[in-house]
Amino acid sequence: MMTQSRPEEGRAPPLRARGAFFGWLDIVLLAAALVVCGYFVWRTNVQLHYRWNWSVIWPWVARFEDKEGFVAGPILVGLAVTLRLAVWGILLATMIGVVMGFARTSRRLFFRLVASGYVMLIRNIPPLVFVFVFVFFITSQVLPALGVSERVKAWSPATQWVVEALFGPVARLENFLVGLICLAVFTGAYVTEIVRAGLQSVPRAQIEAGESLGLSAFDVRRYVVFPQALKNVVPALSNQFIQMIKDSSLVSLVSVQELAFMAQDIQTSTRRVFEVLLFVGALYFIICWSLSLLFARLEHRNQS
Amino acid sequence: MTDTPMIAVRSVNKWFGAFHVLKDVDLVVQRGQKVVVCGPSGSGKSTLIRCINRLEEHDEGEIIVDGIRLDESLEHIAAIRREVGMVFQQFNLFPHLTVLENCVLAQVRARKTPRADAEARAMQYLARVRIPEQASKYPGQLSGGQQQRVAIARSLCMEPKVMLFDEPTSALDPEMIKEVLDVMTDLAQSGMTMICVTHEMGFARKVADLMVFMDHGRVVESSPPAEFFAAPRSDRTRQFLDQILSH
Repeated sequence: MMTQSRPEEGRAPPLRARGAFFGWLDIVLLAAALVVCGYFVWRTNVQLHYRWNWSVIWPWVARFEDKEGFVAGPILVGLAVTLRLAVWGILLATMIGVVMGFARTSRRLFFRLVASGYVMLIRNIPPLVFVFVFVFFITSQVLPALGVSERVKAWSPATQWVVEALFGPVARLENFLVGLICLAVFTGAYVTEIVRAGLQSVPRAQIEAGESLGLSAFDVRRYVVFPQALKNVVPALSNQFIQMIKDSSLVSLVSVQELAFMAQDIQTSTRRVFEVLLFVGALYFIICWSLSLLFARLEHRNQS
Repeated sequence: MTDTPMIAVRSVNKWFGAFHVLKDVDLVVQRGQKVVVCGPSGSGKSTLIRCINRLEEHDEGEIIVDGIRLDESLEHIAAIRREVGMVFQQFNLFPHLTVLENCVLAQVRARKTPRADAEARAMQYLARVRIPEQASKYPGQLSGGQQQRVAIARSLCMEPKVMLFDEPTSALDPEMIKEVLDVMTDLAQSGMTMICVTHEMGFARKVADLMVFMDHGRVVESSPPAEFFAAPRSDRTRQFLDQILSH
């Protein structure tokens, strides 16, 4: 608990105590890992008769046209959809998770039942099944009934421009929302459990201290419990959000034209299966890794 | 109003499951009176004071604080909590907030005090517990004694009429006990009504107007300190005092 720095006396710690130790065992293990990797590279080159042709990829990423300059190809378009799914998905799933997490720890039986029913239902069916069931039976019935795209089309061009910047082309808006809601509802169940664990990790004594100061039950939750809970669950949340970004490829099944959807499309057109897969995989890696770096910084800032 | 006792506890009973923690407890605390409650662990003394601000619910009997009856009514509970401050054994400061924010939060949220006023008052009470220089630190950066003094300041910021102390020095290193007791003694001398659950008998002799000894959920003895220490009426009290005063 004591993070105060005091003027130090005494001698410097020995090398081992500083934890920076790289011995012969590490060298052996590293060498072994390199050998295994080398073996796989050799096998793929010798045994797998596949002619790599990476140049096929680039026109699908972006083309240069004389009149328009660079035009985004399907891969960039898909990437944009995936990024939008990621950002809005994280926001929406967090909102669902926080509300449901509080409901799950509520004193009212009704709230607890609703939240635990939601979590139970979603956690115990495969995401693939969930996506189909949810989309065909729920969102694709509700959204057209609400006439979302007609309403948006009636808006002024300026507003439509904002909507497009935030959610992508209006023509595909309904489809995007279907995928987004599906992803958020699905991820929200896991976030709910994380939030619940976080809320329960805050000692009861903190609530008592807040109540004895005369804070209302809501204020105790809002200002005392929640900030501490959030701090405790940052690592788990980052994990779940990264998972969600990878899961976002599932909504390609209901023809949301995100990265994985485009990849499939390009594979069938070019038959360059490995190049496309590896390239798209690398893009997912970059998104997820950036997010984990962001969360690592957040965690670090939390601790100091 | 001023003639009514500050706190009146009458025939209070409480159970934890099948365990009878409080048995027909009576306790009357007059305005400005300092009461020290002692007794072996498990005797119900913490539970008793936790019932006074509804951190625990009593099952039978009545508790009246400053004329307000403690019952199911949320308004009554809120009104009582406004008048009663509490200091805990484990300090229970909010670790994610600075010392100053710990003192400001409830003023701003529960009292709707403007922020500047709340901060000024917080600094005033932090000065009173002699740690104004620690205001911008986090609780984890302070020693136990300092944390407990912050906890006292945090409570005082709400300007309560009564302060409850639940073994405030039991979690402290021996060298920090004095600084907390000094603050509590100051507070007692300023005329605050106090109920302290503590085994610090030196402190009790110095400030208490009334000593209460509890055992197995009952108030075994309640008398002024002179009498309590010199000639306890019950054998159980004498036995307990011999135990804790022998070293």
